[in-house]
Amino acid sequence: MDILNALVVLANFVLVPGLAYGAQLAIGALGVTLIYGILRFSNFAHGDTMAFGTMSVILFTWAFQAIGISFGPLPTALLALPFGIAVTGLFLLGTDRTVYRFYRAQKAKPVILVIVSMGVMFIMNGLVRFIIGVRDISFADGERFIVTARGFKEMTGLEEGLALKTTQAITLVTAFVVMAALFWFLNRTRTGKSMRAFSDNEDLALLSGINPERVVMVTWLIVAALATTAGTLYGLDKSFKAFTYFQLLLPIFAAAIVGGIGNPIGAIAGGFVIAFAEVTITYPLKKVLGYLLPESLEPASLVQLLSTDYKFAVSFVILLIVLLFKPTGLFKGQSI
Amino acid sequence: MTQSMRAPLLFGLICILMIGTGVVQGPTAMLTILSYGLISAIMALGVNLQWGFAGLFNVGVMGFVALGGLASVLITMPPVGEAWAAGGLRVFAGLALGAATIVAAVLVQTRMAKGTVRNLLTIAVLVVGFFLFRGVYDGAVDAIEAVNPAGTGYLGGLNFGGENYQDWGFMALIAWPVGGLFAAAAAWVVGKTALGLRSDYLAIATLGIAEIIIAVMKNEDWLSRGVKNVNGLPRPVPYETDLQNDPSFIERAASFGMDPVTASTIWTKVLYCGLFAIFLVALLWMAQKALNSPWGRMMRAIRDNEVAAEAMGKDVTARHLQIFILGSAICGIAGAMLTTLDGLLAPTSYQPLRFTFLIWVMVIVGGSGNNFGSVLGGFLIWWLWVQVEPMGLALMDLITAGMADGSALKVHLTDAAAHMRLLTMGIILLLVLRFSPRGLVPER
Repeated sequence: MDILNALVVLANFVLVPGLAYGAQLAIGALGVTLIYGILRFSNFAHGDTMAFGTMSVILFTWAFQAIGISFGPLPTALLALPFGIAVTGLFLLGTDRTVYRFYRAQKAKPVILVIVSMGVMFIMNGLVRFIIGVRDISFADGERFIVTARGFKEMTGLEEGLALKTTQAITLVTAFVVMAALFWFLNRTRTGKSMRAFSDNEDLALLSGINPERVVMVTWLIVAALATTAGTLYGLDKSFKAFTYFQLLLPIFAAAIVGGIGNPIGAIAGGFVIAFAEVTITYPLKKVLGYLLPESLEPASLVQLLSTDYKFAVSFVILLIVLLFKPTGLFKGQSI
Repeated sequence: MTQSMRAPLLFGLICILMIGTGVVQGPTAMLTILSYGLISAIMALGVNLQWGFAGLFNVGVMGFVALGGLASVLITMPPVGEAWAAGGLRVFAGLALGAATIVAAVLVQTRMAKGTVRNLLTIAVLVVGFFLFRGVYDGAVDAIEAVNPAGTGYLGGLNFGGENYQDWGFMALIAWPVGGLFAAAAAWVVGKTALGLRSDYLAIATLGIAEIIIAVMKNEDWLSRGVKNVNGLPRPVPYETDLQNDPSFIERAASFGMDPVTASTIWTKVLYCGLFAIFLVALLWMAQKALNSPWGRMMRAIRDNEVAAEAMGKDVTARHLQIFILGSAICGIAGAMLTTLDGLLAPTSYQPLRFTFLIWVMVIVGGSGNNFGSVLGGFLIWWLWVQVEPMGLALMDLITAGMADGSALKVHLTDAAAHMRLLTMGIILLLVLRFSPRGLVPER
């Protein structure tokens, strides 16, 4: 029984939140990795793209709530998501046309594009703050829990509860759908194949008549969809705050690089690796050990390996280890 | 406009902007902008060393600036005797254990033959070391933080002025170079691990290390009180209140026809500006000398073509490490100055947009590769950063003038004016990159 209790505690505080966070990071990292693979630069504006997308979703959610549309037990934000993606997509296409296209035509060095993306980051960050402000916004509505901790205890008779938030379940389902759709698109459709060809060898792709502008446009649209989805899921699960999204940049990049930048499967794996490492290392294991160890060995302290504020350090250290020992990432990524 | 005329004209423009600020907003506002502008210029000089001379993409400026700030506290604040007695030595023993663990792990990795045994042993060393470290360190930290947590709760610094530590203002002048040393040490660690990697990886690594440094400063209360902040740092210039009580100062102020309160604020700010200007000029002089020396030519050769430079027998990684450390040290010096000027170390005030990316805007706008350009960018962008807010507010007032008072849109727009800054900086950066990619004062 004790072992079951320990497992339930672990599932409740590490496994479920880790899975949800990992899925959010994975979708974010997919966006970074696609831009890297096809446009060949590290997009520093990605965190703020997520914030921008989430902001549009929130605005649509509010509009829907105001006219009385709801999604039953599910959050209204899911209904608003396609609209948010559309707005973000248009915005990204606009930035591409006004900003990035010029440097692409010039064949600017990747580092110049990174600096350009810094400028875009400033503008997006400013816009988000300008439109929706800097406060914490919680926009999840509908049922809060699928399984409550109390319900779980009554159901199983265990001492520990396992809660499953609606947002966590939605995150996992959505992440699965998004990833499946993305891989189907990349592997089965003509446009997806042309994107992969472009990513593998640009010159060869151009020679075989692939229209680069079309590939780039489709990439931005997919990135808009991924970033908005990732941002909305994260915001539903926790809350929306412009600055938090900016800070997500580090774990997302870590996920993309750890997995092997430019490789979509790597991005997903990296997302989960980073998320589980962060959650496990910053979670106090006292309760789990309390169930597993005999009473005499029970730990007195919290057995928290690192305080939660060091979660950046965790993703960073993993990143460093991977870079030092396997510079192309866990799955073979590209290097330019 | 010829190249050689460009820089003097633009510096003239800065002077006009400053004087204009002085006339419109008063001399205090002007001097405040000027003092922060001087510090910004020093930071921009440091980043320019890395980016403009060597093409290193450092987005962890904030971390090095924060380390400088930490040095300011550790040098200018008085030590807390009780806290030292409670756990001072034990903390350092713990840290030494931690360092020894890492050294041991590195030794295992480098000395042993490749294989599973080596990997297992490394992990074992790290795990055992970590728990030993936590065992020694945690107790000491608790003991130190328990000493008068509302007032001190940290080890304090190295100012042995005793009760009158505030009078030992000269300690701040020692703290500034020490801030540079702190930043240099951190830069050595980052550079050693990340400089061999690709340029974007260096960017991510520096971004990460900056966040970690801030996290450490927020959490390790024994070191710098964490989010409880340290305030009342001694300063190298006299206090306004002392000046106001000094008869000779009052007399001198009266001879200029000023009242002592205004005169004292202006005088302290002038002194600060003078001190910062001396540092800026000295660093600028050194940077110019370095740029025009054989070493500077080598750096630029490496930047422009690494392969060719390597073929000529230049040790690219070592030179990169060298300039990375130098540039970071300059950022550290500026960070220490900033903390002394504020009289306050508040880890939460370190925001990457303000301390990393804004400095980058300064360097790019000013002209990467040109020391004068980055100094100019530092002043210009800082001036804009400060002035955009009132300008945005004025703009919003103009736009909303026709709207009914208290309408939701009007309130929102007026509130949001404060966020115009980031938008403006982004637009400026993109415009400069597009239409004048080499900056206002291009590299020669």
